[in-house]
Amino acid sequence: MSAAVQSRLHLTVPETQNDAGPRRPGYRRRERIYQWLFLAPAVAYLVLFFGYPVVKNVLMSFQDYSTGTFYTGEAPWVGFANYVTVLSSSLFSTSLINTALFTAGSIAGQFVLGLALAVFFKRKFPLNGMLRSLLLLPWLLPLIVSSAVWRWILDKDSGALNNFLESAGIISTGIPWLTSTSLALAAVVGVNIWIGIPFNVTVLYGGLQDIPDELYEAASLDGATGWKAFRHVTWPMLRPVVSVVLVLGVVYTLKVLDIILGLTNGGPANSTQTIATQSYALSFQDFKFGEGAAMGNILVLISLVFAVLYLRVNRRAVDE
Amino acid sequence: MKSAFTKTKAAAVTVTAIAALPLILSGCGASSPAASGPVSELTVVDYYNNEPDKTVIGDTLVACGTESGVTIKRETVPGKSLIAKVLQQASSKTLPDVLMLDNPDLQQIASSGALAPLSDFKISTDNYPQGILSAGTYKDKVYGLAPTVNTIALFYNKDLLDQAGVTPPKTWDELKAAAAKLTSGGQYGLAFDANATYEGTWQFLPFMWSNGGDEKNIATPETAEALELWTDLVKSGSVSSSALNWTQADVNDQFIAGKAAMMVNGPWQIPVLDKQSALHYGVVNIPVKDSTKTAVGPLGGEVWTVPQTGNKAKQAKAAEIVGCMNSDKNQLAMAKARNTIPSKSTLAAQFAAENPKLASFTELVKTARARTGQLGEDWPAQATKIYTAIQNALTDKANATDALKQAQEG
Repeated sequence: MSAAVQSRLHLTVPETQNDAGPRRPGYRRRERIYQWLFLAPAVAYLVLFFGYPVVKNVLMSFQDYSTGTFYTGEAPWVGFANYVTVLSSSLFSTSLINTALFTAGSIAGQFVLGLALAVFFKRKFPLNGMLRSLLLLPWLLPLIVSSAVWRWILDKDSGALNNFLESAGIISTGIPWLTSTSLALAAVVGVNIWIGIPFNVTVLYGGLQDIPDELYEAASLDGATGWKAFRHVTWPMLRPVVSVVLVLGVVYTLKVLDIILGLTNGGPANSTQTIATQSYALSFQDFKFGEGAAMGNILVLISLVFAVLYLRVNRRAVDE
Repeated sequence: MKSAFTKTKAAAVTVTAIAALPLILSGCGASSPAASGPVSELTVVDYYNNEPDKTVIGDTLVACGTESGVTIKRETVPGKSLIAKVLQQASSKTLPDVLMLDNPDLQQIASSGALAPLSDFKISTDNYPQGILSAGTYKDKVYGLAPTVNTIALFYNKDLLDQAGVTPPKTWDELKAAAAKLTSGGQYGLAFDANATYEGTWQFLPFMWSNGGDEKNIATPETAEALELWTDLVKSGSVSSSALNWTQADVNDQFIAGKAAMMVNGPWQIPVLDKQSALHYGVVNIPVKDSTKTAVGPLGGEVWTVPQTGNKAKQAKAAEIVGCMNSDKNQLAMAKARNTIPSKSTLAAQFAAENPKLASFTELVKTARARTGQLGEDWPAQATKIYTAIQNALTDKANATDALKQAQEG
């Protein structure tokens, strides 16, 4: 930088001299500007695609937002009326319980099976790579395709699963997987576990790769092999990855929509209705956008609880 | 100190500018409403994205455009995303010049003020049956006209009925008896769609309406009787409990595969059914409780509308297109090509004679009722209540009367 440029900067913004430190104040200031310029795209992106919708959604939940609003722009403020309607509806407790069961069941299944598969694939054996890539298939399929295929597999009369069970002599009449109020939620959870396994395997497998082999060698000298090695080496070393997988899993699962809509539409008799599907139905089927937004915000709040938990757990881990 | 202030201010300005971006972007897309002069192009949005509908509608639109001296810029969107798109376009003032809507959605959109009444453009609404007009009417003004309409009826497999010595049922008792007789092994007597969507509601309506049921209040003995019929059919095993999760397309697949001897479905399935050379089928009215009752079907089909774009010249041209789509000639041609029914009463007899397969449907749409005829924009909420009651009754969570009562009370 030439002295001329520096002095000109001094001329235009003489105030900076006062508080920007004794040396090369113009340089400091320019550095700040550059920092902001580099940040600007990220900030713009966040504000546009995250900030705007979130703020809009919160505002909407306090408004009487109807189809007319889209044309006239008029949406009267109604305070907490939408929240009151949504929370006092007889369906809310059903949705809340279903959301909890769906999330807990999906996470437990995905995680246990994912971890088992990740540990299994850590060994070296023929076709390992190919099998591992096949495992990713559920992840690659569009969700709408997966749910359509599973709907066909789980059909009571002509579904592949019941046909198989019948020909194997396990059952005599078809099991109504998706049309029994007591089975439908379990069936939907099962499909969601299938969809979630690749994510769990991939991340956990990555975590396993980071555990040095020397630790296992040392452990085996102490007599820790097999289950003991897993208990005392693998699990403690994997814990940071595990917490990431679980928290992300919970947040992903809470908002699952397409799988449930594709498989059962929340039926039979609301037995697979969750807060997410309920929010969708309120907004886009009943055109009650304010109530739909309120329901969505309740879901965001629940997700936030888990995010805060995650941050606290992580901070403690760092502090230790 | 001052520098820090400037910095925050700059940041604030940046953030504000970015926050305003969506507004600016949406503003850019808006056509300048004041602009007038010769109209050369019209935009059209519809959801006919499957063949043969896509081509038939597209060709008719182009022909109508040529007649009016404009080129048509058409966009077809998936059925499920049409309403979301229309609302988005309404808020950004980028509505198309001509808009197609599914008839039960019309009043919802008209209530928002986004549509122009067709009386502004002197489009004739003569010769349309009351059901069809009421589907396009919001607060006494007609906003949309359907060139062709449809409804649902009872399809039966001729071979299976002959083998079992069953004639197509006309009353509920006959329906129960026939369905029971036609149920054996992997074959069910009847299939319908009782799923947790508006499709489930739509399939239930003919049973409810023909028995005197009323959508304003579903907690009545008449509606309960209709729901009991469905419950009996499922409980006795004449209808698979899978009906709780079937779409109308699934029902059609069951019928084609010979797994259902009869089904409730609409004429849009005819092209698929006709491709099955081994399948011989017939169509009759949906059975009514007893011979004193008449069949009432729900009216299906899409209406064409002229959105309020603010450009009077373009709106006038758009109205010409809507009128042209509804001309006698186009109604007949589109109905034939798409296996639907021309909506004008004056065309019905001629059409039924030329297309015997659609004769029952032609008869049915004359008296078919619009879903929004009574409730208008309150229809979606009530339709949700109806399918909720159906699902609760069919899964045995409550008996028909209680299920309807609970649903009505919300």
